Amino acid sequence: MPYPESLKKLIKKVEATRPARVERKKAGQEFEAVDVEDRDELLRKYHPDYRKGTRREIKVGPSKGYSISNEIVDLLEARSRIDPGLIDLSEPDYDTDLLVIGGGGAGTSTALIAQENGVEVTIATKLRHGDANTMMAEGGIQAASKGWKDSPYYHYLDVLGGGHFKNVPQLVKRLVNNGPDAIQWLESLGAMFSKESDGTLKTMHGGGTSRKRMHFAADITGAEIMRTIRDEARSREEDIEVIEFNPAVDLVLDDKGRCAGAILYNLETREYHYVRAKAVVLATGGCGRLHIQDFMTTNHYGATADGVVMAYRAGVPVSFLHTVQYHPTGVVYPEQAEGILITEKFRGAGANILNVDGEQFVYEREPRDVEAACIIRECSEDVGKGVPTPTGKVGVWLDSPMIDLLKGEGTVGREFPAKHILYERYGIDISREPMLVHPTLHYQNGGLQITESCETNVPGLFASGEVTGGVHGENRLMGNSLLDVVVFGRIAGKAAAEFVKKKGETGKPTLEHVKQYNQELDKEGVDTDRIAPMILPDYSNPEVRKRQLTTEYQGTIRG
Amino acid sequence: MTAKNTSQAPSEEMVPIFVMGERFDVPASLTIQKAMEYAGYQLIRGCGCRGGVCGACGTVYRTPGSYRLEVGLACQTVVQPGMYLTLLPFFPGNRAGYDITEMEGTGEEVAELYPEIFKCIGCNACTQSCPMDIDVMQYMARAIRGDVSGVAELSFDCIMCGLCASRCPAEEVQYNVAILCRRLHGRNLVPAADHLADAVESVEGGRFDEPLQELMDMEEKDLIKIYRDREAEPDNAEDDWVPEDRDYVVSRSERD
Repeated sequence: MPYPESLKKLIKKVEATRPARVERKKAGQEFEAVDVEDRDELLRKYHPDYRKGTRREIKVGPSKGYSISNEIVDLLEARSRIDPGLIDLSEPDYDTDLLVIGGGGAGTSTALIAQENGVEVTIATKLRHGDANTMMAEGGIQAASKGWKDSPYYHYLDVLGGGHFKNVPQLVKRLVNNGPDAIQWLESLGAMFSKESDGTLKTMHGGGTSRKRMHFAADITGAEIMRTIRDEARSREEDIEVIEFNPAVDLVLDDKGRCAGAILYNLETREYHYVRAKAVVLATGGCGRLHIQDFMTTNHYGATADGVVMAYRAGVPVSFLHTVQYHPTGVVYPEQAEGILITEKFRGAGANILNVDGEQFVYEREPRDVEAACIIRECSEDVGKGVPTPTGKVGVWLDSPMIDLLKGEGTVGREFPAKHILYERYGIDISREPMLVHPTLHYQNGGLQITESCETNVPGLFASGEVTGGVHGENRLMGNSLLDVVVFGRIAGKAAAEFVKKKGETGKPTLEHVKQYNQELDKEGVDTDRIAPMILPDYSNPEVRKRQLTTEYQGTIRG
Repeated sequence: MTAKNTSQAPSEEMVPIFVMGERFDVPASLTIQKAMEYAGYQLIRGCGCRGGVCGACGTVYRTPGSYRLEVGLACQTVVQPGMYLTLLPFFPGNRAGYDITEMEGTGEEVAELYPEIFKCIGCNACTQSCPMDIDVMQYMARAIRGDVSGVAELSFDCIMCGLCASRCPAEEVQYNVAILCRRLHGRNLVPAADHLADAVESVEGGRFDEPLQELMDMEEKDLIKIYRDREAEPDNAEDDWVPEDRDYVVSRSERD
């Protein structure tokens, strides 16, 4: 849908202030950033993490008493999808060295490195191989690759500053030190990074960066990385088996308390299968599809926190889950694109954020939590300067046409081809008209506790990527999630392979921990019929659901 | 606050659509994907990123009074009155086996792995069936000519949904040819980044271990001071910009 007259009138105000803003940008005059000392108060007042009544303490499990989002607690205070007593563990349906749960960036990187270290790998994934938030990451991947002006030292400082200085130092050190090597690995696999003709990687700023270290592949960096490593996994199909449409629903331990595989649920035949493995890597990604606080999300259809649920039941504590990342700029209009990510790269390239009067109210390269809080403040009743949409929502302008004025005609079309095409379908030319955006649920900052070798406290159980917590502290910076999945995916692959090779006989497999977890729920008075993992969100029409009255299954025909 | 993205639409005009022949009346502003959910489907196949980049929801459809077969992504395409459609969530495709590290990036190598590229009859059905508006036939022509980089550049926006292969009378699997060419291009046909190799070498030499350890051991208040005082590369700086404080970067003399 092209912008209606009401919005076109408001766009005139943006156009009126644009020439002066472009001049200021060219002169290097930026809108004043929020001082690091003032960030706390701003976040407490306007960031969704601090809204009253949106969190509660978990009543059971290894992080009992930890207060996190209700939507995540709901899943932790839920029963297994299966009656553990009914699963036959005497003969495995699949037998493998290493089971990787999740087929996104972290899982696939893990699989490749594990295979190189001499073990057989099985990837089990909920949807298709590559169906993951990695595929959707647009803006870029950070790494200190330009030694004359940058180094892991500055990258470390930026990561800590973004994370409120709460990050786990050892994890951050691994992230930043392994950054250049991660990019070089991707380059060697043939990922098409945007480069100068002499091979120099193009880099730019992101929110909270002190040096331009964001590498990118146009505006589909994640897709380019994902399709490249997936293709490489397909080249090694003799050693890397991929089981699609088979999410894991519970981990299996052995009688020595080590991880011994998982139970998979076949989404099409509705069977449960036991995969026996000498070690397991959880790489299940994040939780955007839980729609925390009813926020729209940029996340993939399958982002439902499955890995956190399974590992928590098996005894792995969680941390940093009290913060959730809201990406400052998700589409709020047109309605068809609601929630879709508008990469931070637009702001990195110079596009201002503006209120209903076409005025700046925030520096466009703040860390994400600060940026999002400022936008929410501008749209709040306190300030009341948000842009009303025809569908009754409110947003702010992202002034993309500035980019062509700053960097030359055609830059928007060339550097942001995917978004340019997307908006063209709605009759909006984003090199001429600004975009209407609002913060959108984007990233699970926290998750499972791991060591710098991606080990959890359960022997034989490793984790990498968004399912883990600590490296990003309380707030992740742009471009550090793609780096996270590649760096820690590779570390997990090596560590898990070493574990597999050293491990002796797997003991007797058991789901006793699941039974015990259910008992603990009873003991703590959690009376619920909720089941978890959720696997997929349900967007079907509630009016239709009311008429879905089948009382029992007949074969696989659903009730 | 904004509402979560469900299939619920505000009260508005309803239009009929036919999902694999079955009629449903759905709000006119919905995408095909949300319209199917509105109708009561819970999607398993045919739904991925919901944002137009993953290629899970390729859809073919026709509209009343037109002989043309049209294509789109279900998550991006708004319903049209009377359209009849089916998702094509999977299409079998041939993929050649190769070890990329043993290849040089020549057109001959590509032709050897995918000899069927020469069967192309130039019908243009692939280009017409691409929901990303890629000129598929043109990049296949480049493949036939042995122009690997040309294929890579023209196919860059490919989401590998498979619609091109589904329409190809020559039984080509265009998107697999394309990813091979992109990888060969990225690996062999553009120069590797020298500065990246230098950066890896510095890290491996332990150049930053000590400074990082100092940061790791530091009190939060001291860290905050260093963070706040750190020098920022200006937005409009050229790539060869050098900071004033060069203690923690590798100076040119150190490198040479």
